[in-house]
Amino acid sequence: MAFREHFGFQFRTGLRNPTSMLMNYLFPLGFFGLMGLVMTQINPEFTGLLIPSMVIVTLLASTVLGLPGELVEARDAGVYRSFKILGVPAGSIMGIPLLTTLIHAFVASAIIALSAGPLFGGVEPVSWWRFWAITALAAFAFGALAALIGVVSNGARGTVLWSQLVFLPSMLIGGLMMDLELIPEGVRVFSALLPPTHAMQAYLGAAFGVDTPFDPAVSVAVLASGGVLAFALARWLFSWDRGPSGRSHHPAWALLAVVPYVAAVFLV
Amino acid sequence: MHDRVVTVDALGKTYGDVTALAGVSFDVRAGEVFGLLGPNGAGKTTTLECIEGLRPVTSGRLSVLGVDPTRDSRGLHTVVGVQLQDSGMPPHMTVEEALRFTCSYHGVPTREDLLERLGLDHKRTTRFSALSTGQKRRLALAMAVAHRPRLVILDEPTAGLDVPSRVELHQLIREMRADGTSFLLATHDMAEAEDLADRVAILVAGRIVAEGSPLELTAAGEGFTKISVRTRAGSLNLGDELPAVAVRRTVDEYLVVFSREPSATVPAVFSRLAEAGDELIDLRVERPSLEERFLELMKPEAVL
Repeated sequence: MAFREHFGFQFRTGLRNPTSMLMNYLFPLGFFGLMGLVMTQINPEFTGLLIPSMVIVTLLASTVLGLPGELVEARDAGVYRSFKILGVPAGSIMGIPLLTTLIHAFVASAIIALSAGPLFGGVEPVSWWRFWAITALAAFAFGALAALIGVVSNGARGTVLWSQLVFLPSMLIGGLMMDLELIPEGVRVFSALLPPTHAMQAYLGAAFGVDTPFDPAVSVAVLASGGVLAFALARWLFSWDRGPSGRSHHPAWALLAVVPYVAAVFLV
Repeated sequence: MHDRVVTVDALGKTYGDVTALAGVSFDVRAGEVFGLLGPNGAGKTTTLECIEGLRPVTSGRLSVLGVDPTRDSRGLHTVVGVQLQDSGMPPHMTVEEALRFTCSYHGVPTREDLLERLGLDHKRTTRFSALSTGQKRRLALAMAVAHRPRLVILDEPTAGLDVPSRVELHQLIREMRADGTSFLLATHDMAEAEDLADRVAILVAGRIVAEGSPLELTAAGEGFTKISVRTRAGSLNLGDELPAVAVRRTVDEYLVVFSREPSATVPAVFSRLAEAGDELIDLRVERPSLEERFLELMKPEAVL
């Protein structure tokens, strides 16, 4: 019953809160519309990337750009303290917003995936079930990373910095806007450090049947291990209160979350 | 021997080099209202947050209904209700959602009656961010008592409340106490403590400087009785020698004196008036209030 109430409220917040609404739906769907109309005209080959790249942008917007700020705001406003005295478990405080965010992201992704073909001639996956499985995996990996950013950031400014450190390079060198093969090999080393790069490679290799520079199986493994590690670290580093007095472990431990991606540099 | 619901034994808390609590000890008995009084920064909230399990302690021992909250506070929320000084709820959560949320985590039916009782009935669908300070405090109170806990901890419960809400809150506390609920109440409102609390402790700079019932505390002061006199011609003045009087001052048209022996001072006032041919308009002989005793403990010259 408590889970249902908490989940229901959190899900409604994703629609009520203008910032969440923007990040969950308005920004990704607007960006999809723009890219579908403009980018496919400029570069007709982009139709092959349209669905996976726009779904990744959607997942990133909901999770990495949207979730950390929400978590930090709640902690700094004393919401976690209030929840603690009500007996809300730490796992629910972090897990339920993550779960509802992923559901919203999934809905927006479905809208994109199902409309890109009819609207903009986007190439559809050869295996839809693999497509949805990779979407779920990527959503979890990005969401766990977002939760970790939210847990370790000291304030809203910190979340913006860390979130953009993932989002902007992903857009530039993650293979979302152009084939990864077109990116210089030296730069691809850095691409391998980014979760969206692996999501894109997994989509293209496993769901769209395209030859990819990275082994899609390795990318799937990197996303899975990166997600599990980030979630475990977020849970371990979780603090009920703001400020150093509320922390039980140093936030620098969060850097361990990049280990699977560093390993990917040598594996792909 | 009384059943103790809270035992605080030599509680110490430091933040770096700053000592917030230095050996605080007191206990809260079953079915009583215990007031923790003190000025801002005395350590009241820190004490409560240690008891609530929100802050680790530096030294000392705590027991809340037989459980050490610093080691295992997981089960406490079912038997303890807490109103924090700064209660935060998600800004988009409505009043009725907050109460439903609280009751669901406590595993009890939603206490709709509390919304009406605490004047929040018309605010059911209002979001937390749109509530006034007083409304937020009333909601926090409703959430604290919704599961009928054995112990309720309230941190400055009436701060920001209007008079009707304050009266309703006091009535609610009395009713719950009559049903056997214990209260630990931190406040700097002396009148509230005097009105509600069975026993109080005065906390100054992280130490308990006095503890007892409000009556015991006021009686245990310097022993002064406040005597206020107003006469027709104002013949009494600050220069008059009156027996057993330590301090004198004028307040509006009254001569106010603090006497160690009112039985000697009052007749002397009448004699002086008769000698001067003056007429008494008003004479008040009062026990010092808890507030005056508090000020005496804080800064003796404030009263004397």
